[in-house]
Amino acid sequence: MPLNFHRTPRAILFAAAAFMVVWLLIAGFPFVWTLWGSFKVEGDFFSYQGWIDAVAGRNTLAQTGHLVTLGAYRGVWIEEQFWKAALHTSIVTIAVVMVSLSFGSLGAYALARSGHRYAYWILVAALVFRAIPGIALISGYLLPFFRLNVWGYPPTAALVLVALNQPFTLWLLHSFFLTIPRDLDESALVDGCTRFQAFRLVIMPVMWPGVVTTGIFSFLTAYSDFVVCSMLLSDRNQTMVPRIVAFLGTTQETGRPMYAVAAVVSVTLPLFVLIPFFQKRIVNGLAGAVKG
Amino acid sequence: MPHRTFIAFIMPSLCTMLIFIALPLVSLAYQSLFIEAEKPIRVVQTCDPFGCHLESRVDSQALAKLRAQEPAGRFNGLKTYTNPSHLAFADVARIWRQPTGIASKLNQLFELPLYRALAFTLGYTLIVTPLSIFLGFGIAAATNTLPDGLRASITYVTLLPMIVPSVLGALVLFWMIDSRGVIGSALAYLLNEPDLSLKTSPTLTWVTLFVYGIWQSAPYAFIVLFAGLQSVPKDTLESAMIDGATRWARLRYVVLPHLRPLINFLAIISLMDNFRVFEAIIGFNAAANASSVSLLIFEDLRSSDSPLYGSAAASSMLTILCIAVLLLPSMVSNWKNFKLKAGA
Repeated sequence: MPLNFHRTPRAILFAAAAFMVVWLLIAGFPFVWTLWGSFKVEGDFFSYQGWIDAVAGRNTLAQTGHLVTLGAYRGVWIEEQFWKAALHTSIVTIAVVMVSLSFGSLGAYALARSGHRYAYWILVAALVFRAIPGIALISGYLLPFFRLNVWGYPPTAALVLVALNQPFTLWLLHSFFLTIPRDLDESALVDGCTRFQAFRLVIMPVMWPGVVTTGIFSFLTAYSDFVVCSMLLSDRNQTMVPRIVAFLGTTQETGRPMYAVAAVVSVTLPLFVLIPFFQKRIVNGLAGAVKG
Repeated sequence: MPHRTFIAFIMPSLCTMLIFIALPLVSLAYQSLFIEAEKPIRVVQTCDPFGCHLESRVDSQALAKLRAQEPAGRFNGLKTYTNPSHLAFADVARIWRQPTGIASKLNQLFELPLYRALAFTLGYTLIVTPLSIFLGFGIAAATNTLPDGLRASITYVTLLPMIVPSVLGALVLFWMIDSRGVIGSALAYLLNEPDLSLKTSPTLTWVTLFVYGIWQSAPYAFIVLFAGLQSVPKDTLESAMIDGATRWARLRYVVLPHLRPLINFLAIISLMDNFRVFEAIIGFNAAANASSVSLLIFEDLRSSDSPLYGSAAASSMLTILCIAVLLLPSMVSNWKNFKLKAGA
């Protein structure tokens, strides 16, 4: 009797599909809802009448004459000068990605090629460092940073983010370097390259997938950071995520909660648009960092 | 690779880690032994047309001098650790000696700030970690069953809760469960309780935060376990089928043993991440009903007039101690596993 290995019983298929529909709704609907609501006035998005108002936009029509309004976006980007926060976020993010990748690739290359015991211990130490909550370390930075007069500036926050992110960066890049055959750099060495030349001219050109993947994670950490930026940046240099949290404290007047909603959509939408392009790499990176 | 070359390559990376991770640990330990200097008060006599009177003022000159002399503040030994806002030895002893039942004792214990924060943090870590791995496995198994063409879209939507900055993810849900939000009003309607509010009751706040935590960390488990499912040896599965193994038996004896090392690693990483919970509490504006150790540190540093560095440092040291205790058993038991992964 031929066995059909790959056929799934109909009942199981149905259960899996039903479960998936529920999960996808739970995972995705909140964002769709918030995106939709950000074009409405407060009376619709936060309505005592139930969800109908938010969908139909009764109050939005009454107050603005249109079914959708950009009022909240105008308010947050222009009136509240959210563009400044966006600028600071880009500065911090770009700096973190660049520095973290340069330091990380050099270090991870050495770890992957060393062959000595201490390389292993450095990796273990990195894992232990990763366990320490960021906020605990930050309470150790503040006093020294004040004394050295470096508190409040984007480069400081960027450097701290690089350091806190370094353990993960090292592990991930290290696992990518391990997949590149040693013969490659060894033949370069035989041909008379120095280690650094072998690294830069022979290994890095084939490391692009690993570097891009790690770069995405560095970008995500810096872009999403709340703890480091909110504690280490002065109000003048504040980035987007802490700025939104700061809004919430002061936005009790009418219409202001919608500013926060619009700001949240402004921050998250670029991520949603970018993910499809990098999805494969994100998935491989997350799975790869664990598999090693 | 010669030692010299190794050092040259690893130097930048190692230095940032030593300066910003290892060194702060030392400064934390030192800082936790000090408390803010008392402000020197000077009594001055001020006279105006209505007469003279004595007035006490902060002596700013003396304060500046004092700060220059002792930048860390006044030496306090281990007293910060034992004071009422940390380990609260005196209060714990008082509660212990009371002739009340164990339930009442625990209730009082969890009213002390550090113990209250620890209770929530540990509860969150120990509930969210296994449940998110479980949910992640469910999503991975379902995706594996469904046609391959759906994978990319399923992965896209599943990634969303994880990719969004956690404060913002919390905010999005917070607005929806608001009594004027879509979920909040729907719940009130379904349960026929117009005054239902998820924000006022501590229990419901905890449940909300736990659900949020699972929602946010399940995608990571999904990605890792889905990759693991792809690498389950087909031969073993097929021979199990020939031997008449049921679906459940295959899962129990082939798939799960194969995923075991991945699940262990996931558990360790999730423990680390869940233990630092506090952005969710900020997003849900739930500090009144839930507190975490990270939140305690954050609030010490944010305290309005002058940050409590000594107190924050002591909380940080205790936090690090806790996470070490929590992780040590699993790290030790996975030692071999790490060795393999490190390629050593």
